Amino acid sequence: MAFESLTDKLQNVFKNLRSKGRLTEDDVKAALKEVKLALLEADVNFKVVKQFIKAVEERAIGADVMNGLNPGQMVIKIVNEEMVALMGSETTEIAFQPGKAITVIMMCGLQGAGKTTTTAKIAGKLKLKGKTPLLAACDVYRPAAIKQLQINGEKQKVEVFSMGENQKPANIAKAAIEHAKKNGNNVVILDTAGRLHVDEEMMEELQEIKKAVEVHQTLLVVDAMTGQDAVTVAKAFNDQIGIDGVILSKMDGDTRGGAALSVKAVTGKPILYVGMGEKLSDLEQFYPDRMASRILGMGDVLSLIEKA
Amino acid sequence: MAGFFSRLKEGLTKTRNNIVSSIDAVFGGFSTIDEDFYEELEEILIMGDIGVNATEKILERLREQVKEKHIKEPAACKELLIESIREQMQVGETAYDFENEQSVVLVIGVNGVGKTTSVGKLAGILKDQGKNVLIAAADTYRAAAGEQLLTWANRAGVPMIGGKEGADPASVVYDAVNAAKARGVDVLLCDTAGRLHNKKNLMEELKKINRIIEREFPDAHRENLVVLDGTTGQNALNQAREFGQVADLTGIILTKMDGTAKGGIAVAIQSELNIPVKYIGVGEHIEDLQKFDPEQFVNALFDV
Ligand SMILES: Nc1nc2c(ncn2[C@@H]2O[C@H](COP(=O)(O)OP(=O)(O)OP(=O)(O)O)[C@@H](O)[C@H]2O)c(=O)[nH]1
Ligand SMILES: Nc1nc2c(ncn2[C@@H]2O[C@H](COP(=O)(O)OP(=O)(O)OP(=O)(O)O)[C@@H](O)[C@H]2O)c(=O)[nH]1
Ligand SMILES: [Mg+2]
Ligand SMILES: [Mg+2]
Repeated sequence: MAFESLTDKLQNVFKNLRSKGRLTEDDVKAALKEVKLALLEADVNFKVVKQFIKAVEERAIGADVMNGLNPGQMVIKIVNEEMVALMGSETTEIAFQPGKAITVIMMCGLQGAGKTTTTAKIAGKLKLKGKTPLLAACDVYRPAAIKQLQINGEKQKVEVFSMGENQKPANIAKAAIEHAKKNGNNVVILDTAGRLHVDEEMMEELQEIKKAVEVHQTLLVVDAMTGQDAVTVAKAFNDQIGIDGVILSKMDGDTRGGAALSVKAVTGKPILYVGMGEKLSDLEQFYPDRMASRILGMGDVLSLIEKA
Repeated sequence: MAGFFSRLKEGLTKTRNNIVSSIDAVFGGFSTIDEDFYEELEEILIMGDIGVNATEKILERLREQVKEKHIKEPAACKELLIESIREQMQVGETAYDFENEQSVVLVIGVNGVGKTTSVGKLAGILKDQGKNVLIAAADTYRAAAGEQLLTWANRAGVPMIGGKEGADPASVVYDAVNAAKARGVDVLLCDTAGRLHNKKNLMEELKKINRIIEREFPDAHRENLVVLDGTTGQNALNQAREFGQVADLTGIILTKMDGTAKGGIAVAIQSELNIPVKYIGVGEHIEDLQKFDPEQFVNALFDV
């Protein structure tokens, strides 16, 4: 819906840009005005947008216009390249401990982001790689959280470790790793409760888990539909807990997913996977270039540029 | 009420100083109403998720009023702006009539926004008012959805009608509606599975549920509430639009307002689709659901 009109708008801007050879300041400013709007409509954080646009502007003014492109397209080409670069130029994978050592992964994020579902999805992926994951039920608050993880674990045919709701998550994590050692599991995934980044007590709980056990990968699950606040949230989790990677959930919707850019910009951590549905097989690799064109919402323009 | 505001405020104070520049600084920091001033306002509104379009509309109206009323002081601008958004966010006088009538409340929305929790909280509120409440567990899809809702039903002290995992959700609603009629229930609350609004078949399923309520209980007062996560950005507009195709939406429950998100997307929805926010979720406890107060909402949005 908004996609076409945006492309149209851009085409109009491009038509009016006439310079040959080098991009002038006017060309760049005119094209970037539309880009700025597109990014804001895609929910990229305002401050991130401002910084990003400034960086692109600096690079673009005076740049050579490639053959076959008009100045506006040339600006978009630069925008696209910068965005892909910002989002990580290649796909990243979860890093495992060498040899037989157990890899401990901790999931964290806001309420309802998709942690429990993603925990089970990752377990399925790891099983296919020959790993033997154990899922640990460290959410002792949400009604039926343990049951939810157990049902999902059963569907994935992976074991779920739980100690009920009356133990501290740090203790559950510790016991889960002991259990994994005895049973030959080489990955332990901790499913933690949803929490607000401003809830000090709950944020401390995650720090306690990290003190009690060695966590090798802390993964932040972020709802792809998140708006301007994604920056605040991701920054808080990264500063207070320390994250190693991000998973973007609910990308099967029609959101442009600007949160991806915001989160990446403030944490610098790679986006590992995207959630593409409720089914436990719906977890896909993250491709920075696809994400860039989704956020820009300029698919047509980009394919034009690629052909040039 | 004080509870909601202090919680909301408490959450907001944490970021107020570093992330969102306070509006007072803006109004106080400018001696004249110039382009820089409007730009700063634009930033505050967009950072609150109000969106580019609604922000433009709001600022356009402000510019007009500033001209008409010959306003020179940035501080006077502040009151104007707050007043206009507050007015827009007013909840109608009949908004909560369903509480006092025989009604069916259908709760819908995308995944993980807080539907089940909100149903539990609403059941608690109504039960406390002495109402005879019944809950229908029409999410037969998500793992342990039924168990989760049952915990809430028990907390609220109200009965629940459910189905096995994988059962037809429409048949659960059918059973619940007929039980509600037979038992003389005051308010029937229907929880539904989360679904993204761009999934055709899942939206058809909701339409079917809606038709069944209409057919089986035509005399009931209908309340169709879409639940929106307060941290959601511009996509919430699409959500409200598409869920509005399933059933006539009578209101919004805006959840997770105890975080730092401002829920400003509700302003965009109100202005484009004219759907009022009726409740606000401010936590995970049963008492953490409040009737919407435009005054407090706007104050928090602008941090005055
Ligand atoms: N469409 C879609 N739904 C998803 C995806 N990932 C998770 N969900 C749904 O989102 C809702 C919330 O998922 P959960 O896994 O319970 O989220 P959580 O982060 O564990 O929630 P809390 O433990 O309450 O904080 C459920 O309805 C899931 O089915 C996804 O990639 N796409
Ligand atoms: N902080 C906070 N958390 C909330 C609020 N409302 C709900 N939650 C939490 O958000 C998560 C998801 O809530 P649910 O009620 O399961 O959401 P749902 O819409 O029923 O989810 P699905 O059925 O999976 O689509 C849970 O962890 C809730 O405790 C709120 O107002 N504030
Ligand atoms: Mg969970
Ligand atoms: Mg639910």
